[in-house]
Amino acid sequence: MKVSKVFAVPYAVWVLIFTIIPLGLVIGFALTDSDGSFTLQNLFDMSDYMAVLFRSILFAIIATVICLILAFPAAYIISRAKSFNQSSLIVLIMVPMWTNFILRTYAWMTLLESNGLINKFLGLFGIGPLNLINNGGAVILGMVYNYLPFMILPLYSVMVKIDPSVIEAAKDLGANNFNLVRRVILPLSMPGINSGIIAVFIPSVSTFVISRMLGGGTSDLIGDIIESQFLGTSYNPHLGSAMALVLMIVVIFLMSLFNQFGTEEEVMP
Amino acid sequence: MKNTIISIRNAVVEYDGIQVLKSINLDIVDKQFVTLLGPSGCGKTTTLRIIGGFAEMASGELFFNGVKINNLPPHKREVNTVFQKYALFPHLNIYDNIAFGLRIQKLPEKEIATRVGEMLELVNMQGFEKRSVNSLSGGQQQRIAIARALVNRPKVLLLDEPLGALDLKLRKEMQIELKRMQRDLEITFIYVTHDQEEALTMSDTVVVMRDGSIQQIGTPQDIYNEPANAFVADFIGESNIIDGIMRRDFLVEFAGKEFSCVDQGFAPDELVDVVIRPEDIKVVPQYQGAIVGVVESCIFKGVHYEIGVDALGYKWKIHSTQSEEAGAIIGMNVTPMDIHIMHKSEV
Repeated sequence: MKVSKVFAVPYAVWVLIFTIIPLGLVIGFALTDSDGSFTLQNLFDMSDYMAVLFRSILFAIIATVICLILAFPAAYIISRAKSFNQSSLIVLIMVPMWTNFILRTYAWMTLLESNGLINKFLGLFGIGPLNLINNGGAVILGMVYNYLPFMILPLYSVMVKIDPSVIEAAKDLGANNFNLVRRVILPLSMPGINSGIIAVFIPSVSTFVISRMLGGGTSDLIGDIIESQFLGTSYNPHLGSAMALVLMIVVIFLMSLFNQFGTEEEVMP
Repeated sequence: MKNTIISIRNAVVEYDGIQVLKSINLDIVDKQFVTLLGPSGCGKTTTLRIIGGFAEMASGELFFNGVKINNLPPHKREVNTVFQKYALFPHLNIYDNIAFGLRIQKLPEKEIATRVGEMLELVNMQGFEKRSVNSLSGGQQQRIAIARALVNRPKVLLLDEPLGALDLKLRKEMQIELKRMQRDLEITFIYVTHDQEEALTMSDTVVVMRDGSIQQIGTPQDIYNEPANAFVADFIGESNIIDGIMRRDFLVEFAGKEFSCVDQGFAPDELVDVVIRPEDIKVVPQYQGAIVGVVESCIFKGVHYEIGVDALGYKWKIHSTQSEEAGAIIGMNVTPMDIHIMHKSEV
């Protein structure tokens, strides 16, 4: 065996134990009943939850689009800042990620509650209390807040490599700011947009913490349903596995669809 | 009648409180090949960036055809730039790179195709339309960068050390081609370089710069034969620069001897720089020489030998087609026409 292959062994073992075997277990559970015999019933039972699956995908798409719209200008501004300011701004974006994910989401609960900070502030002006929490909007807000850095960072890392003289060349050739973004910055940022979308969409579509804490049971997502099949009252790991499997297939399908579309105009450098 | 197309008036540029351009004035004559020449950090690129719209003046004015354009953004200026590192768009193929400016002008695709075709012909790159930028060599990328700028038919083309990254042979070829394009297209070229030979070969007008100010503006012949000061003399070609004293009009003393010369108008006994080109010194037998010295070195340079001579502590550099033995004692002569007297530069 070559030396280079020896170094690959730990990773192969890791992938086997933590990816291949669990995946096999999920498929195994999904296609069996509680007696252990083969069945497709779990997949048919999922049809009761199609609305939830649809809502999860819709929310994740909305959150991803909002993240992209917010992150694109932010990443561009950071990538064109002076080098010291660049590192400071990136640290500022990372700082919230050093706090526990659940704590951060709790913090939003105390902000959004009907007697929370925002409503108290609005109350000073005689407004409200507004119904800010326990609805779909709050869940999407939670997704955007938590996963925005996952969009900014890959965009930034691609944009920072764009040669400033290429931007000057575009302006020199008559491009106003709109043309500059559309014809140069956007196409050159495509790899970052691709990985940013994947990094935001996948955790958004499968989250259950955000929807539980900020949705208050009004906007259950597929992640909540899957979790309750393993840890909740409606214990049924076979149905839970079937849902996880279907979700995975849907995500892979959507991502490959997107990649097809995203790389269409892109010429490989 | 020579038209001035670009005028720079009292332009000052500062970076972090340091003046990189110290109030320069420059008129660019239409349809000329103008070179900004100087060592790195002299402000030549900054001057180009002012014209392109990429550097801001702390004070001063910029006129284009008599109209002040200080605040006109780059994309509205009738100039195009060939950047130092080409700056081609990596996501576009060669055709789309050249078509970039025309697409922004929303020209019909048919006209774009014609004009891109013309440009590829001009820079001798037919058949490269579908190639990617990264599959091209440096010289080829440079041709595409030139085509991409010229396709917009600018009134002025700015070139920022465009040949710097090319090897010597390719550079010489491109110099001739650039000069040909400029003549054929009848466009003003403003060319930045630190290579004096490049400047002398291509230019109608050379602007010599140093430390953010202009030292001399003139034809290549003027600059070479009548340098305004010792810096220009030293920068343009090789020179012997010797301390001298101007005894009176047409008489200068240096190297311990008096020489007649063709300069006048200096103060009596003014300390001056005496500049003599190495090729203007004639090697003669010892007894015929005005100056006598010992040969220290003799290096073969291809066309000529470079001879280092020590004469009573003065170090001379001579270009001669004859080699001399190291240690030999030789005489040196120079005609009055070839002795250039300059005021001591203040810097």
